[in-house]
This record gives sequence, C-alpha cells and structure tokens, in this order.
Amino acid sequence: MVDVRSGLGEALPPPEVEDVELYHPHSWWTRYVFSQDAKIIAIQYATTAIAIGMVALVLSWLMRLQLGFPDTFQLVDAEAYYQFITMHGMIMVIYLLTALFLGGFGNYLIPLMVGARDMVFPYANMLSYWIYLLAVLVLVASFFAPGGPTGAGWTLYPPQALLSGTPGGKDWGIILMLSSLIIFIIGFTMGGLNYVVTVLQGRARGMTLMRMPLTVWGIFTATVMALLAFPALFVACVMMLFDRLLGTSFFMPAIVEMGEQLPYGGGSPILFQHLFWFFGHPEVYIVALPAFGIVSDLISTHARKNIFGYRMMVWAIVIIGGLSFVVWAHHMYVSGMNPYFGFFFATTTLIIAVPTAIKVYNWVLTLWRGNIHLTLPMLFALAFIVTFVNGGLTGLFLGNVVVDVPLSDTMFVVAHFHMVMGVAPILVIFGAIYHWYPKITGRMLDETLGQIHFWITFIGAYGIFFPMHYLGLIGVPRRYYELGETAFVPDSVHTLNAFISIMALIVGAAQIVLLFNLVWSLRHGREAGGNPWRATTLEWQTPETPPPHGNWGKELPVVYRWAYDYSVPGAPEDFIPQNQPAPSRVSHEAAS
Amino acid sequence: MSIMLIFLTAIAAVIVWWLAQQRLASKPWLEVGHARDHRRAAPLPAAKVGLGVFLAVVGSLFALSFSAYFMRMASSDWGTLPLPGFLWINTAILALASAALYWTKLNAERQHGEAARTGLLVALAAGLAFLVGQLFAWRALANAGYLLAGNPANSFFYMLTGLHGLHILGGLAALGRVTVHASDAGFDRRTRLSVELCAIYWHFMLAVWLVLFALLSGWATEVVVFCRQLLT
Repeated sequence: MVDVRSGLGEALPPPEVEDVELYHPHSWWTRYVFSQDAKIIAIQYATTAIAIGMVALVLSWLMRLQLGFPDTFQLVDAEAYYQFITMHGMIMVIYLLTALFLGGFGNYLIPLMVGARDMVFPYANMLSYWIYLLAVLVLVASFFAPGGPTGAGWTLYPPQALLSGTPGGKDWGIILMLSSLIIFIIGFTMGGLNYVVTVLQGRARGMTLMRMPLTVWGIFTATVMALLAFPALFVACVMMLFDRLLGTSFFMPAIVEMGEQLPYGGGSPILFQHLFWFFGHPEVYIVALPAFGIVSDLISTHARKNIFGYRMMVWAIVIIGGLSFVVWAHHMYVSGMNPYFGFFFATTTLIIAVPTAIKVYNWVLTLWRGNIHLTLPMLFALAFIVTFVNGGLTGLFLGNVVVDVPLSDTMFVVAHFHMVMGVAPILVIFGAIYHWYPKITGRMLDETLGQIHFWITFIGAYGIFFPMHYLGLIGVPRRYYELGETAFVPDSVHTLNAFISIMALIVGAAQIVLLFNLVWSLRHGREAGGNPWRATTLEWQTPETPPPHGNWGKELPVVYRWAYDYSVPGAPEDFIPQNQPAPSRVSHEAAS
Repeated sequence: MSIMLIFLTAIAAVIVWWLAQQRLASKPWLEVGHARDHRRAAPLPAAKVGLGVFLAVVGSLFALSFSAYFMRMASSDWGTLPLPGFLWINTAILALASAALYWTKLNAERQHGEAARTGLLVALAAGLAFLVGQLFAWRALANAGYLLAGNPANSFFYMLTGLHGLHILGGLAALGRVTVHASDAGFDRRTRLSVELCAIYWHFMLAVWLVLFALLSGWATEVVVFCRQLLT
C-alpha cells in the first residue's frame, strides 16, 4: 500500500473567476419559464418530450388493440390506424428521442460535465426550447385539424403522402407535419450550435478532449451529425410543401387519382427517399451515440471500474459517426437500385458493425471482474447491452440486400428497429433518469418502484418485440391494418398478436410507475447528498445540489485526471473525482 | 448525392484536421495530476466558432439542395430557364456588399469609426438592393411566363433563390443590429467581432450565390459533364 497524499505534483491554482457575462434572471418568469439557464432548459425539454412521448405511447396502445383484437374496437378504423402509426413513429424518433437525448441530457450534462457555467449562447439556447415547443404544438394541432393528422407513415414517402387516399394527404395533416418538422429543425440548430461550441470552447481548465466523459463524447458527436443531417430533412420538407401547396413537381410523378389526371408530372419519389434517408440513417446514430456514451458512464460508475478501452470507445464513436453518413441507401434496397449500389451500401453497413462490436466488447470487459452494484442505472445499462446486441444482430440480417428484400415489408423490420433504436435507447434514458435524478432534484428515486418499473419494462419489451421476429419470418406484413383471411398466416399468428398487444398494454402502464416515482420522489425521496453514486465526473462535484445558476459557485473546477479513476489501487476511496489534484508520484506509478 | 458527398468530404477533412491536433492517441489514464490542456493561449471567440459551425450547417443545406437539383435534372421534363440579364447586376451588388464589409472590418480594426460606419451602411444598402433585385428577377421571369409550377427548372430557381434570399434577410437583420450598435457605442471589441462575423457570413453567402448562379445558368452542368467525361 502506498500513502496517497493529495495536493502534490503539478497542481495549478484554481483559476480566478472569469468575468463571464452570466445572465441574471430578475423575475420568476425569467428564472423558471423564459430561463436561459441550460439546466432549466433541459428540464423543459425533457418534460415536453416525455409529455408528447406519452401521446405516442397511447397511440401505440391503440394500434396494438387493433392488431391484437381486430374488429373489436370501433375507435380504430383503417384511416385512424395509419394516422396513429405515422404519429407514433415521428413523435418517438424526433420529438421524444432526439429532443430528450440532445435537448434534455445534452443541456443538463454538457455544461456540468465539462465544467462550464452554462452554454455559450444562452439566449439561442432558450429560443431553441421555445421553437421546439412550437413544433410540438403544431404537430399536436394536426390531431384537431380537419381530416386529422397525416397517415403517410413516418417516412412520409411521396407520392402517396400527398394523395387523397392517404389520411391528411389533401387536408391539413401533411402540411402541419412538414411545417412542424421545419420548425423543429430550426429550433434544433440553435440548440445544436450551443452543444457543439460549448464542448469546443467552454471546457474547464485541464479538461482535454480525452478527459471528457464518454457521455459528452456521445452527445457531442451526435450533435455534429444532427447538424449536418437535419438539413436533408429540411430540404425534403420544404420541397414537399412546395409540391403540396404550390403545385410544383419536385417529387410528384404524373399520376392519375380516381380517374382524374393530377397536374403533377416528372417528379422523382426516389429523390425524396434519398434526401429522407440521408437524414434518416444518421438519425439512428444521433439517438444511439448519446445512449452509447451515457451507458458507458453508467457501467463504469456502477461497476466501480474504469471503462475498458477508453480511447477505442472515443474512436469508435467518431468512426460510427462518420460511417453513418455513407449507409443511407440500405433503407432503399427495395426501391429498385443498381445492384452495385446495393453492394456498396451493404458493405458500408456491415463495416459499422466493427466499431459497434468494439463498444459492446468494451462494455462487457468493463463489467468483467468489476464490483458490480445492481443499482437501477446498472440494471438498465445491462438490459441495454443485451437489447442492443439483439437488435444489432438482426441488423446484420437486414443489412444484406438478399436477406433484406424478402424481409423488408414484414414485422421482422419492425422488431429490428424497435429493439435497436426504440427499446435500447429508451432503456438508457431510464437508466440515466435514475442515475441523474438525484443531481437534478437532490433526492433519490424510490428503489422499490424503480425495480417494479425495470422488470416489467425489460421483460415486457421482450414479450412485445421478440415474437415479432417470428411473425416477420412467417411473412406477416408490417403496415397492415388487419390481416384478414390470408392463406399463409396461421391461426397462431393471431394468438401471438393478442399476446403482444397485452404485453404492450402492460409495459405502457408500467411507465405510469416511473411518472409517479418522478413526482412522488420530488417531495418524499430520500435525501441524496451531492454524490450518491460516488462518481468521478464533474457534475457530481458541484458545491451545491441541485446546482444553482452558474453551477460552480465562485471558482470554476480544474481537472486533473480522466473521468474513470475508479478503484485505483492505493487510493483511500474507490473513486477519485476529476477535479482532485494528483497524488504523489510514487503512488501514481504503483497505480499504473 | 455526389455534391453532398463532396461537401461532406470537405467537412470531414476539417474535422479530421482538427481531431489530429487533439491528441486522440494520448493515454488519459496515465496523465494524472496536471491541468495542462494543450489549448491555445488565445482561443478563438466562441461566437466565431459558433458561426463556423453554423456555416457548415448552411453549407450542408445548400449542398443538399444542389444535389437534389442535379438528381431532378436527369428526368425528361426538365426545361431551360433563360436567366434575366440583370442577375449579373445583382451579383455585382452582392459582391459590393461583401467588399464593403471587408473594408468596414479593416477600418474598424484601425478605429476609423466614420469610414467603418459608412461601410456598414453601404453593405446594408447593397444587401437590400440585392433582395429587391432578386424580386425583380422573379417578376421578370413570371411576366415572361416562367411560373413556379410550370417546369422543375423554374421551381428550383424560385426555391433556391428564395432560400438564399431568406439567408440574406437574416444576414441583413444581424447587420442592422450591428449598425445600430456601432452608431451607439462605436467600435469596441465586441462590435469589431460582430463586424468580422458579418463579413464572414456575407462572403459565405456570396460564395453560395456564385455557385447557385453557375448552377442555374447551366455552367455548373457543363462542368459536371466535363468531369464525368474525364472520369469515364
């Protein structure tokens, strides 16, 4: 054992407080509503995202009721079914996952984890939230518009999205949807600039890029990707709005509808698909990379062990980010593309499996011989690894052209993407909520309620999505309102569908436990203290919990080590915070 | 999408160049105890970095629109659009705005307040004149029967010039704020930075316009055809 003394080595004196122009709220309104504090904005983002996410959850219930028990519920007719499927997908992918990971966790964690007082452009950050809220309201408005929301599917493929056979195609539905997306992208850009520039410019002294927690790496890379990919959706939406409102033919081919020649001609629906998926595929990783980053930190903290292969983890995040821009057409194998094209995109798609697999190995190797605490964040992190491997493996099937073509329109695809970008990131979000709630509120979430929530959600999600793989392999088509009498669909499919629906109802209801826990623990939760998980990263070292405006009191933190000094041999405790100066040289060599 | 991929390659080159300076191969677990962070002594102002990132986003937006233009062009219903001659004048006006801002920036650095203020006003006027000129171009085309929905070439013309015009409008708003601020407070450090940022933005929008103009007038197509011939 080596005597570890702190305060030796090359410890620098803490920097004087820079005269940063911190914005100072003067009234209740500017403090809690039109706030420019990233932490308040984060809570606003998260609350809005979860609220609209609950709408999407109820929509999925309604869809499952129809699929599990066809002709039982009058509420869901074919039109409504397609509207629900569209809104469910769009809300979950963009207005919940993207907004929650980047707007919610990004806003809360980036300044705290890199040791900044706030985002670099607080005003734009505030605008970002309010524009996001406007986008959500426009989206919600489409439920009340004549004709209801659009039923074009979340991919909004033209020409069907603009035809009268599709709900909302000739009414307000599609217009409101496209407008809402455009507004969302404008708002996101304002927030995204903040996240990127704060990481680039706002880091505390000593916080090199390679000392940043992987959470920040994940959110940072995802934001860069989102900033480059969202313009594709923006352009696609603007052009489609032109087609719908001004009669241009960017995407609309010559088409006869109900015996009537429409005034369109020559447009290219494939062009839309290219633009959409140029956004759409990076979007998968925009959701996944923050989840990768957060889960790395959860595993390391709750296994009391440094993350295995930190450098590899960083490189993998960056490489995945880069590669994800050259795989978009694997969503379009069935659009009739040049076979060489398909070969190229299948290759790039499968190459992504390499850095992703490295990440999975490193998570598992971090757990190996770790001091695993089965806390709620750890349970969710473990569930994530399993789920992500599952979804990733089916991705290998679908990435191959020859396997994808027959499976493309079946429930297999639904099972795949729900596992990999639905359930997996959501599990991380839950884990992150249980992990950071004590910092946000100063109180712990209730453990028993959390266990109930975890086990029902985890097992239930498998009850929903695992059988869907089998349905897909049998050939049960996706997107169908009802199966009817179909020769190749055996009766067991209907039983399975009923089972899936019941599971979906249960899992959905289990989320009420979480919501109750979130509200109840605000008042009645156990006092958390500043660092309940005994974690190393800077956000747990704030002088006050919850951190006040400005985060750090008088002096900014100085960073002396990386984010993963857990169970360092010879250290008095099993974690050394990032802002703790060096132990003596002797002990350091013993440690390494 | 090849244009977008070329644009992305350029962005990727910038990112790789930047990452190469960040010591990504260092072993942070061994570097315990010091707070050196290898950053430059005088870092770039956050606003400048922010503008750089924003221009990457705008660049991506236009690169994607240009990609869409080329892809849509391949279909048989593509017509031609005779560009009104005074788009050349508009181009000159936009170049004038850009030049005026460059001049303003130089004068603001030397604390020639009067000259710098004049430069700002010239740039503002030129920016406005460019927008008015674009509206005239729209009207001239519409009067000649080239309506928005008539042909995809027309649609792209109106959409792309509109998109570019909206960005100019945003630039004008920023420029207006700087002008007001400069006449109130003179050219302190903050205003000088704002002037510099405005100048960068306008140079960028001029560059976008030049590419757009080349695209719409068909030269870009000839260049692309020429490149294809070289490759095949």
